[in-house]
This record gives sequence, C-alpha cells and structure tokens, in this order.
Amino acid sequence: MKPAPFDYVRPTSVAEACRVLDEAGGGATVIAGGQTLMPLLNLRMSQPFILVDINGIAELKGVSRADGATRVGPATRQADALKDETLAQYLPALVRALAHVGHYQTRNRGTVGGSVALGEPAAEMPATAVALGATIEIASVRGSRSVKAEEFYLGPYMTVLEPDELVTDIVYPDWPDGHVVLFREVAQRPGDFALVGMVGALALEGGTVSRAGIAWFGMGPTPVRARQAESALVGQALTAIDADAVAALAVADTAPFDDHHASAEYRRTVGKRIFARTLREALDIRSAA
Amino acid sequence: MSEHKIDLTINGYRHTAAVEARTSLGEFLREELGYTGTHLACEHGVCGACTVRVDGVAMRSCLMLAVQADGCEITTVEGLAAPDGTLHRVQQALKDNFGLQCGFCTPGVAITLATVLEDNPAATTSDMEAAMSGHVCRCTGYQGIRRAIRQLAGEHA
Repeated sequence: MKPAPFDYVRPTSVAEACRVLDEAGGGATVIAGGQTLMPLLNLRMSQPFILVDINGIAELKGVSRADGATRVGPATRQADALKDETLAQYLPALVRALAHVGHYQTRNRGTVGGSVALGEPAAEMPATAVALGATIEIASVRGSRSVKAEEFYLGPYMTVLEPDELVTDIVYPDWPDGHVVLFREVAQRPGDFALVGMVGALALEGGTVSRAGIAWFGMGPTPVRARQAESALVGQALTAIDADAVAALAVADTAPFDDHHASAEYRRTVGKRIFARTLREALDIRSAA
Repeated sequence: MSEHKIDLTINGYRHTAAVEARTSLGEFLREELGYTGTHLACEHGVCGACTVRVDGVAMRSCLMLAVQADGCEITTVEGLAAPDGTLHRVQQALKDNFGLQCGFCTPGVAITLATVLEDNPAATTSDMEAAMSGHVCRCTGYQGIRRAIRQLAGEHA
C-alpha cells in the first residue's frame, strides 16, 4: 500500500460534501477522477486525513447551457466531454485541448474540473479556462462565490480554493459563431504534460479581430495569459497581422523555468515558433475561406 | 483510516470484501483476490500495465481505489479468453505477431485493445495506435504490437 492512511467518504450532494470539508478543518482532500491526485497520494506528496470522493454527486456531472454560457460540471469525465455535442458546438477550443489531456485510459476517469481545480501549470484545462474567460463557481458551508479563471491560479498546484471549498461549476462564456480556435502543444510523447503549449480563441468581425483570449501552459508557475498579444490583435485587420511580432509579445508575458525536460530558453524559443505558426495557419485558413 | 465493505463483479464472478480506504483497485485485485494477471509497475498512471475494464471502460487500476469500485463490473486480462481457453482475438493477434516479449505490459495492452474494439468494432489502425500512447513496452520496440493492431484492423477491413 503506497498512500498514507486516510478515511474515505462519498457524499451524494454538494451540501453534504461541503459539510464534510468544513468538519475536517483543512484535513480533507477532494478526489474527482484522481488521475493526478492518486500519484500524489502514492508518492505521499499529498497526505489527507479524509478523502472526499465527489463521483457520487450527480449535480456535479454533465454539460448544460445557461445565459450565453456553457456550464461544465467539474466531475464530468474528460472522455465524455470530448464526445459532448454542446461542447463541440460552443467550445471547440476546449474540445481541441481535451484531446491532449493524458491518455485514452486516463481521460476515461479523469475529469474536467479535477484538472481545472488542481492547477498543474503544464496542463491544458487550466490554461483553456483562462484563455476562454471562464468563471469558476465555488461552494462551502460559508456560501458560494465565483472567481475568474485568471485570478484562480496562484502557483503550481496552488489556487485560491480554501480547504473547505469545492468547485461546483466551470462556466465558459460564449464566443461568437465561427470564432477561430488556436491550439498547439509540444510534448515528448502524446499524452505527456506539455513542455510548451498555447490555447485560445479569436472572434472576427468583418475581417478584423474583435476579441482575443489566449493563454500559455508550461510557460510559468500558472497558466499565463498572453495579454500583450491579445491587445495587439484586437482591432487588427486579418491581413495586417504580423504573426512573428505578435508571438514575440506573447512570449514577453511568460515566465518559463528550467527543469530536466527543457530549459526556459528552449520553452521561449519553441513557444514563439508555435505561437506564430498557429496564428498564421489559423488566419491563412480564415482568409482563404 | 476507514475500512469499507465492497461488493463487485470480476470477470463474471461476484466478490465481497472489506478493504482499507487507501488500497488501490490494482492492489486489491492482485493481493486480496489473486487476479495477478493485472500488473502494477509505475503506480502513477504512466506505464499502463495495470489497465483493467471498469463498467466497460478501460482505466488505470493503480489510479482508482478499490472502495471506488464498489458495485462495478470489472474485466481483467484473465477474463478476456473464452472459458474453454480460446484466446480473445486481441490475445491471438499479439501472439501471432510477436506483440509481446517479457509480457509485463501485455495485460494492459490487451485490455485496452479489446475495449477499443468493443466500443468501435470498426476501429482503424490509427484508432488503436492512438490508444496505445497510454502503454509503455520495454521489449518489443512496439513494432510487434503495431503488426498485431494491423492484423486486428484487417479482420474487419
């Protein structure tokens, strides 16, 4: 047995889960799909006293439409989200990114919300939430609150979630019909965490970019919004965009690190290339259409 | 440290047991029930050797707790062949094409390929190869496994 001992509870409602989290006084950890948490438990990097399994809470599963937005229940399996017709229609960028989350076998159990809530900086789901302007809804016995995805992440595996809080919904605002999806990542093998990756969306009006949301993953301690690149793109005519210049601005917002997989310099160099190429390809396709 | 009574079906046989919360499904299958066909190696979801089918879906048995499998139907590699010993066509294809050498990763590979084919009987070579990204094999160089996949795809092409 690898993990340190813990108690296990499987609440069937959000209210019950919040009560357990409150009573645990900070000693509880929520498990959704467990595809990142279980390794952390096995390595004893995480040693909760109580594991709160949210897989039995029906209200945390599924995709629904509400008010110009799409709500994804945090316990929705990645494999189910990948096949979801509502997501395919409204959030093609999320679906593109989902195909790169882990492997077939881990997507069958891993959840969208688990990845969003955990905050691995090289993971696709946190960056996608930041890029698309998602809001994360949170509940506890103290009440509920909403936090913008870009304000949710504090550092690697560190978020604004308090120990007694539970993510109850991820709300992605609509992007206009026909918006451009940007996605590319570089990983050592398919399914590995990205060394460098970017995801985003561009809305177009009459050949001009009217809205841009782009974020990096693997390029800092949290997902990093490419703010300067977004500003440079908005208001630009498609034909006037200098992809290399925008990519340089995008990289300027990052804070990549050295690790045994790649140096910060490698991440910046490759990041700039993939950003420019992805932008150019997306805009070429759009201009030709 | 809580203990839980669980009731689950494995390869068609019902089992009831008491498990400590921290016991993984893979460890439970091997150590408590003796289904040692399921192999545990990395125990952090990378190698794929421990892959089993849970309610029709291929998953890592090292990344799931036994208590979470309460009420589930599980298929391990022992459940793939017919009761008379006739190999599952995935097992036969791996055997025919030298798709295994030491055999350590093979239970997971077989479960994944069998599940992909069950979900989509018309699965193509690339569908099956994509699912193989979740398995690490140290001996075959993967070419034998790829030949087995091509044989499987060819059976319904």
